[in-house]
Amino acid sequence: MKQISALFCGWLFAVGLGIAGMTKPSKIIGFLDVAGAWDPSLMFVMGGAVSLGLFSFAWVLKRRAPVLDEKFVLAEKAAIDSELLAGAALFGIGWGLSGYCPGPALVSLVTGNGSVIAFVAAMLAGLGVGQWWVGNKR
Amino acid sequence: MTSWLLPLLGGLLIGSAATLFLWLNGRVAGISNIVGGLWSSGTGDRAWRWFFILGLLAGGVTLAAFHPEAFGDSPSSLAVLVLAGFLVGLGARVGNGCTSGHGVCGLSRRSLRSLVATLVFMAAAMATVYLAKHKLAVLSAGITSLGAMLSLCGADAWTGQGWA
Repeated sequence: MKQISALFCGWLFAVGLGIAGMTKPSKIIGFLDVAGAWDPSLMFVMGGAVSLGLFSFAWVLKRRAPVLDEKFVLAEKAAIDSELLAGAALFGIGWGLSGYCPGPALVSLVTGNGSVIAFVAAMLAGLGVGQWWVGNKR
Repeated sequence: MTSWLLPLLGGLLIGSAATLFLWLNGRVAGISNIVGGLWSSGTGDRAWRWFFILGLLAGGVTLAAFHPEAFGDSPSSLAVLVLAGFLVGLGARVGNGCTSGHGVCGLSRRSLRSLVATLVFMAAAMATVYLAKHKLAVLSAGITSLGAMLSLCGADAWTGQGWA
């Protein structure tokens, strides 16, 4: 059941990304281009998702456990450390250079476009190097 | 159709998917952590990660069939995309989250850490686009002229004529 619900949630997430316009790198870059012909419409994506999530997450987390598992798995770390800041900055540079963040890039793989495949391959390498780096420190 | 309606609808679907995933599976729908977890040894239960990724791809197939205009190419060159992909992966792993994990789920949990991460990556991305779009002409002209000067010196040094 956990697998089936993961499959469905991934599907719904991807459809949401596509309808929102997140799978169009040129639109993302237009949203980030605040000094040019700024397209602010993508603010409604995070706005819509978070305004729902602010209520729904609080409601869900009142439960002692999720429906299909024994406990919630949540990041408990609260410290704002250099890893968070450096990681977010690197992520932002990559996002701005390409117009792709991880979800939309994976969804766009179905187009078979070589440049998306190259992006995702490089992203997997980056995740692997990051894992090695973070893992070595602990 | 007004320009904000589809983004809002898409955002609500993304929020619904993240809520459903938290309610059913008890996990955060952060894409980079779901994928990145495949690299970490020791996490025994990883089948759900593959199924979530499979769901993303199935969503892509659905979009390609019913809403193909959802997809577009990146204006960036292949070399830039490879560099960008690497930075996105590395940054998401080191910063422990991306647009979905920090930007959607973290903010929904009212996490200050995620708020800071979101502000930092938005600012970095906006600064990058600003430099690439509005300062690149200056930058590339600088690099080209520097390159031309270097290659001239190099050619001279190679033939020995410049130094005779």
